[in-house]
Amino acid sequence: MDRFTPPSTGSALQLTGLSQRFGQRRVLDTLDLTIPAGQFVAVVGRSGCGKSTLLRLLAGLDQPSDGHIDNDAPAGDTRVMFQDARLLPWKTVLDNVGLGLSGNWRDAARAALAEVGLADRAGEWPARLSGGQRQRVALARALVHRPRLLLLDEPLGALDALTRIDMQQLLERLWQHHRFTTLLVTHDVGEAIALADRVLLIEDGRIGLDLAIDLPRPRDAADPARLALEAEVLARVLQQPQPEPVVTAPRPTPLPSQLRWAL
Amino acid sequence: MSNSRLVHSGRHLLPWLVPLALLLAWQAAAQAGLISHRVLPSPLQVLQAGVALTESGDIWANLKISFWRAAVGFVIGGSIGLALGLATGVSRLAEGALDTTVQMLRNIPPLALIPLVILWFGIDEGAKVFLVAFGTVFPVYLNTYLGIRSIDPALIEMARSYGLSGFGLFRHVLLPGALPSILMGARFALGIAWIILIVAETISSTSGIGYMAMNAREFLQTDVVVLSILLYALLGKATDMAARALERASLRWHPSYQAA
Repeated sequence: MDRFTPPSTGSALQLTGLSQRFGQRRVLDTLDLTIPAGQFVAVVGRSGCGKSTLLRLLAGLDQPSDGHIDNDAPAGDTRVMFQDARLLPWKTVLDNVGLGLSGNWRDAARAALAEVGLADRAGEWPARLSGGQRQRVALARALVHRPRLLLLDEPLGALDALTRIDMQQLLERLWQHHRFTTLLVTHDVGEAIALADRVLLIEDGRIGLDLAIDLPRPRDAADPARLALEAEVLARVLQQPQPEPVVTAPRPTPLPSQLRWAL
Repeated sequence: MSNSRLVHSGRHLLPWLVPLALLLAWQAAAQAGLISHRVLPSPLQVLQAGVALTESGDIWANLKISFWRAAVGFVIGGSIGLALGLATGVSRLAEGALDTTVQMLRNIPPLALIPLVILWFGIDEGAKVFLVAFGTVFPVYLNTYLGIRSIDPALIEMARSYGLSGFGLFRHVLLPGALPSILMGARFALGIAWIILIVAETISSTSGIGYMAMNAREFLQTDVVVLSILLYALLGKATDMAARALERASLRWHPSYQAA
């Protein structure tokens, strides 16, 4: 490769004895993991296996029951992209990208929007965008902070197949350019192998499989080596029985007695 | 093209056809002697009463004082309701401390307070403003509180992960998220403000539209009574239109306010 690659700006992570319990249930069980700076890691596993729990711990959204996470970058350098774009509907696309920025942020926000190919939609309301466009705005909102760790919680799960491929290519391109450390949680083994340097399978709250993916980029969907890897990981995932679902608290809604009252 | 313009203006006129027909029928019935003008004056007589009172200036003086009472009462009551609703919506502590009290007070019909209010304020301006303020606190309070509580927690979590907290979180997420509900509460409150004011003015007053109606009743001026009723309807409609315009202006982001 003769192209100049900028030095890694990603953060390196060290997870030691990380555990997370919800009541009696151990979702993560003394998990140890080292992620070098700039690596693209995909985490796969059955739903409820704890992969999203791991992401929430890394994001600082939840605190672990046990163990700790060493991140060589400050907490403000970690950004999360959720399955739903979570754009504020009352802010324009540009204002959404600039959320949490201060000073002269507009140029940076415009540049981030241009990176995801939505420069011309800066003045629109999020309600006017398609699902894929909303996710691209959410990506721009994360990128504008120049994150050193980008956490992706099934960000492409709700998109149609073609939009998904576009987004995968966009993610790969941006990652190659910015070199942030990336952790992608996905239930799609194909997506994991298309994008990641390393695929982790979580089962029983531990790392069940840690597989380096040494295929050249951009990766060809029809490459037999890639298909073989995909089949191997998928077979491994399917060996595991479906874990019992985690009961999450339902979203609080207003009581009917509060709503009925009008005039 | 002229055809489509015709259809367009037709669509604007359509809602007014039924009121117009009713008005014409009313006028015809009055002229034919089917309705005694002691019971109900004809629309023309009401119009004439309106012209006469406009010329004497009575109508403006009374309109002004009624509008002032409703506006001051609404601003006071709405501000208190908004402040309480924001406090209980944002803070669990404030909710625990205040919500039960407010919910108890809200079950008092404002008009039940009239005897007490007359004892406190006499039949002064204070009495009317107090009643209107009392009646408008609760719809604004309740809708502000509910508006903040029904904001998607996922959005709040996202905003926190982007470093927003305290006033920033309030300004960028909580307040705009609750705004549709707050404005809905304000519209309810405006409707209530007029209802309370009408009753308060007819019971105890020396000015205002309600007073004008009660005074006219003494002299059997049914045309002025009907005129007063129509004025209330117009005032109510005008404030509702103003509230809707405010809604449209401040909720441009909302899908239901965007042109298809």
